[in-house]
Parts: sequence; C-alpha cells; structure tokens
Amino acid sequence: MNNSKLPPTSSGLFNSPQNRAIIFQVLSLVVVVLCIFYFVNNMFDNVAKRGITTGFSFLGETAGFGVSQALIPYDDTSSTFLDVFIVGILNTMLVGVIGIVLASIIGLLVGVGRLSSNYLIAKLSLVYIETFRNIPILLQILFWYNVVLAALPSPRQSISYFDSVFINNRGFIMPDPIFESGSSFILVAFVLACISVVYLAKWASKRHDLTGEEFPLIRVSLAILVVAPLLVFFITGQPISAEYPALKGFNFKGGITIIPELLALIFALSIYTATYIAEAVRAGIEAVPPGQKEAAKSLGLKEHVILRKVVLPQALRVIIPPVINQYLNLVKNSSLATAIGYPEIVTLFSGTTLNQVGQAIEIILMTMAVYLVFSIVISVLLNWVNARMEIKGR
Amino acid sequence: MAVYTMKEAKPAPSTSKGVVFWLRENLFSNISNTLLTLLGMYFIYTTIPPLLDWMIFDATWSGTKEEVVKEGARWIFIIEKFDQFMYGFYPEALHWRPNLVAIISIIFVFFIPRLSSIKIKFVSMLLYPVVCFILIRGGLGLEVVGTEKWGGLMLTILVAAVGIIASFPIGILLALGRQSDNMPIVKTLCVGFIEFIRGVPLITILFMASVVLPLFFSDGIEFDKLLRALIGITLFQAAYIAEVIRGGLQAIPKGQYEASESLGLSYWQGMILIILPQALKISIPNLVGSFISLFKDTTLVLIIGLFDILAMVTLTNSDTSWLGFEIEGYVFVTLIYWVFCFSMSQYSRVIERRYNTDH
Repeated sequence: MNNSKLPPTSSGLFNSPQNRAIIFQVLSLVVVVLCIFYFVNNMFDNVAKRGITTGFSFLGETAGFGVSQALIPYDDTSSTFLDVFIVGILNTMLVGVIGIVLASIIGLLVGVGRLSSNYLIAKLSLVYIETFRNIPILLQILFWYNVVLAALPSPRQSISYFDSVFINNRGFIMPDPIFESGSSFILVAFVLACISVVYLAKWASKRHDLTGEEFPLIRVSLAILVVAPLLVFFITGQPISAEYPALKGFNFKGGITIIPELLALIFALSIYTATYIAEAVRAGIEAVPPGQKEAAKSLGLKEHVILRKVVLPQALRVIIPPVINQYLNLVKNSSLATAIGYPEIVTLFSGTTLNQVGQAIEIILMTMAVYLVFSIVISVLLNWVNARMEIKGR
Repeated sequence: MAVYTMKEAKPAPSTSKGVVFWLRENLFSNISNTLLTLLGMYFIYTTIPPLLDWMIFDATWSGTKEEVVKEGARWIFIIEKFDQFMYGFYPEALHWRPNLVAIISIIFVFFIPRLSSIKIKFVSMLLYPVVCFILIRGGLGLEVVGTEKWGGLMLTILVAAVGIIASFPIGILLALGRQSDNMPIVKTLCVGFIEFIRGVPLITILFMASVVLPLFFSDGIEFDKLLRALIGITLFQAAYIAEVIRGGLQAIPKGQYEASESLGLSYWQGMILIILPQALKISIPNLVGSFISLFKDTTLVLIIGLFDILAMVTLTNSDTSWLGFEIEGYVFVTLIYWVFCFSMSQYSRVIERRYNTDH
C-alpha cells in the first residue's frame, strides 16, 4: 500500500479549520495591536519633540478670528474655539438641509421627466443627468463661485426685485422678519394646526378603512395650515413686520444676507446630487411591475389615484434607500466648501483652527467624529424607514 | 367575366404613421404635453445657440493675446498653456517619458486581457508599474524628476490609477474579512475600518494623511507629499471597493461555496478559482461606478496643495500676462473630465457584455 499521495490525516494543529481560524485571528490581532502601539509611541515622541501641547483645553481659549456666517451669536474678541466648532457644525447642517430639500425637488422632477412620454423632455432630462454627473463636484463648486457668482454686479448695480430682494456679488439680500410681542400666538396656532392635521389624517384613514369613502385630505390640511396662522396674524394685529435692506455707502445694511459661498455650494451640491436622485427615482418607478398599473386601471381608478395609491408606495420602497445614501453623500461633499471658504466644520476647524492651534490629531479626529455622528444618524434613519416600508403580510 | 386583380395596398393613413404621427404622439399628445414641449424648445433655443456661438463661432483659436476678440471663448489661452494643463511643471524636454507611459498603459489595458498565457500576463502585471514609475520619476540613468514637479492631467490620471490598482487587493481582502463568519475578530476589524472610512468625507482623510500621518512614524522616515495623498486615497477607495465586492459575494448562491468544498478545494483555492471570478463579474458595473467616482474625487488633492489639472486653472491664471481666463480654463477641464468619465461608463458596458456568460 502506498499512501504517500493521500493528504496527511494527522490531527495536527493547522489541519482543523477551527484551529486555523483562531491562529489567524490571534495573528492579525497581534499585528494590528503592534501597529497601533508603534504609531501611538511615535506620535507621543514626535509631539514631545516638536513641543506640541495635547488635550482639549484649547477649546476654552478665545478664537480671535472672524467668521463670515454664524447661526449663533459669535464675536471674534470673546468667542472660544468651542464656539467655532459649534458654528461650523451648524453651518454644515444648514448646507445639508437646504441642499437635501433642493436636490430632492430637482431629482424628483428630472427622474419623472426621464420617464415622460414627451420625447423632448425625456431627452433633456437624460442630457442633464449625463452632463452634471460626469463633472467633479469640486469643479462645479469652483465654477459657480469663481465664474457665475463673480460675474454678478456690484452692490450699487444690484439686480433688485420689488426693492426688497437684491442680488449682487456680495450675495443674496432679503428682508429680515421682526417678531414683535404677540407673534408667539401665531407659532402656537401653527403648532395646533399641525397637530389637528395629524389627527385628521388618522381619522380619514380610519373612515376610509371602514366605509371606503375618500376624504380630500391634502386640500383640507393645506387650508388648515394656511388659514389658522393667517387668522391669528390678523387678530393679534399683524405683529410680524420686516426690516428691509437698504444701500448705505458701498454695501447693504439690514436684512438677511446669504453669502455667495453658501449660494455656490448649494447650487453645486443640489444640482450634482439631483442627478443621482433622479436615477434612483427612475429605477424605483421602473421597478414597479407594469401589471400593477394595468390592474389598477382595469379597476377603474383615475390616473392620479393610481400614481398615489399603487405606483408610489411600491416605488418608494426601492427609491428611499439609495436616496438617503445620496443625502449622506451630499453632507460629506459639503466639506469641499473649504475650497471656497464657506465657514463650515472643515474650513473653520481643520483649516483656521488647526493653523492657529496646531493640534492636528485632536482637531482632525473631532472633525471626523462630527461626520461619523451624521453618518450614524442617517443610517439609523434609513433602517427605521426601511422597517416601516417593508411589505407587511396580513 | 370579371377577373380579380389584386389592388396595391394603400399606404397607412397619415394619422398612424410617419413624421406627423410621431410628432403628435411624442410631443403634442395633449395640452400639458404641448406646453412641456414648447417649454423644452424655448430652453434649447435660449441655451444652445449662445453656447455654440461662444464655444465655436465667436471663439478665438489662434493669434496673439492682443488680437483676441472679447465676445467668444479665447481658446488661445488653452493652446498657450496646454503643456501645463497636461504635465504641470514636468520639464519640457522630458515630456516623451509620460507620453511613453500613456502609450504603454493603453497597450496594457487593451492587449493584456487578450493574452492567453497566464505567466506572461502575471509577469507583465508585475513589470508594468515598475516600468511606469521609473519612466516618470527617473533613475537607472534617466534624469530624476521630483514629485513636486508632477502635475496637470498626468498627475490626475496617475493618482486615479494608483488609487484603483492599489486599493483593489486591499478591498478584496477587506470584503472577504467582512464575510468571514467564523473569525469574529477579523470581521470586527474589517467592519470597523470600512464603516469608519465610509462615514467621513475624503477631504478629512486627505487632511489626516497629510497632517497626522507623518506624526505616526519615527523621524528617519520621510514621506513625500504625493505619497501621503496616495496612501489616503488608496485606503479610502479600498473601503468602497470592499463594499462593492461584498455585494458581489452575497449574490453568489450558497451551492457554489458548498460545491467548491465538496471538490476538496481549500478556502483560498475555492475563493480564487470559483467564488471571486463570479463575484467580480457581478460587481463590474458597480466597480466601474466606483472608479469613476474616484477619478472625479482626485480633484480634491488640490486642497492639500498638489497641482492636478483643476489646480492648473488657478495656477495658469496667476500668470500676470494671462489674467482673467478662468472660464476657458474651467470649461476645458470640464470637457476633459466629462470625456473621461463618460467613456469609462461606456467601456463598462462593453466589458460587461464581454464577460456576460448567460447565453
């Protein structure tokens, strides 16, 4: 008998898959731990050698530089680096929220346009998608900022609408609302209107389940949301007025100014992200089997009812996950604002603060932590939506 | 006696065939459709003719700067600065070296997949990066050109190519690690890495690589600025590739894994011979999508001070005898990126069809 060609059958240490898995894991863990040890050791050495201070005490120090846009009170003589950090986070969130809303609207329109029976509209939507998706977002931001917005007239030659909204190369200037006493009643009325709409929706859906009768929910809700606060506005004697911007010297005083950096960033981000959202919307609508639409039509449903009650609920299940990923991409891409100097978290913290303080490790890690928190929040949201959207067997 | 003679078939009524029918059906089927068509036509009318005028009919293609007519695009600027857009500050006498690398790369991309001998394939894959590196940087008797002189489209393509090639094996390993259910520690390490990288913007990773990375190594080790950017981009891309390949791995039916085990193949044999080829084939569209994103993302290196083709717009404009040519610069760079990204997505469709084994 010659068994030399058969594999060895000994129960050696390396032959059992379990043992191999354990050995491999221990090895990789040791390598990772050694690397981290080596890096951290060198880091402390280098930090000590270069005389860099460590720790987070710098957050309490006065920042001493100006910020072109802050959503909380900020003052360059007394505000600390912690304030800078918060200003940066808030500005990032502002870009994120406005960008997401605009990108969703453009994306929905173009995505539906791509499926339009109108040949011209379908082709125009396709051209829009293929053009803007293939141009780097940083290039688009720089183009809006350095070419389009830079070509706007100076404040003296502003383009103006109704003498209250002005567009010039310093930005977009509009009236600032002033809330006088009594305006809080309007807010209360608005909140009450929202609550009543929620209950109305519940009641309408229950009635629909019981009797099959449709209730014109959207029209009634809109009416409640608009009429209730308006009514209170006039009853309390119009407590909201506006401060109009006025040209004084070389620039406008008063009103709210949207700085050109923010405008360029929002234009570029929403136009770019919308191309991806449009493709997601198209894929979602195409994923609904045509038989569903035909079945609904054969039941005698009207076109808009089919869209709202048959196509959209099924399409949304496919559309929402990729769209939420695009929202996350939009928030991450807002970090490119640092190229044009819009004061968001990367510009203010990894840029200006890092230059002043020099504590690279702490500052970069804090910036990354902000984005990680955004990512986690958005993915938790995604999972929640997915769970709600799942097909429920009954 | 009446004899039956066949009549010529009448042409279809104009209401169900022909140009008019097509127009009516696709553009003017009802009032709202007609309105949309008119809106679209108005949009085309207001954008396309002025754009063509600016780009072609009123444009200046030759002559000196003083003769330029202000109305159209002044492409004379691009022609004047063309070398900088392509090569950055790479010495003019040595431009043949990157050109040669470009030719070698084209041959490599198009002819290597057609070679039948696996040995020649393997050797050329190992030789290719070495030859390219020596040609571009110098050494072995060639004049050395420091990385600070590399720039323009050459640098853009180089960063993208290194990012794509280097991240690929790392991405595969990360994806396999993430899928390994009997090794929880390895799995946790891989998941942690992937989710961390995917959760933060590339720009913070580039800052990390350019500011923090040097602190991690002892004094003797010096890192080139370009090398630091390449490390950051490779790690970033590896995390994304890993997720794409994981999708491919998940799509492989369990029977394939069991079949490879029943053949007595080891884990690596089974992976390399049976599972990965199928998983990679499924992933091709998403892999190309990820390469296109990386190609666009290379523009970010300008923020940490490398001179890619986008950075060249600002740089060439700072030449005092050529001020105010941003628009031409941006439009030129836009066209280059667009052509590259669009052809990559078309190329992906070609190879998708070539590797399609479902008949």
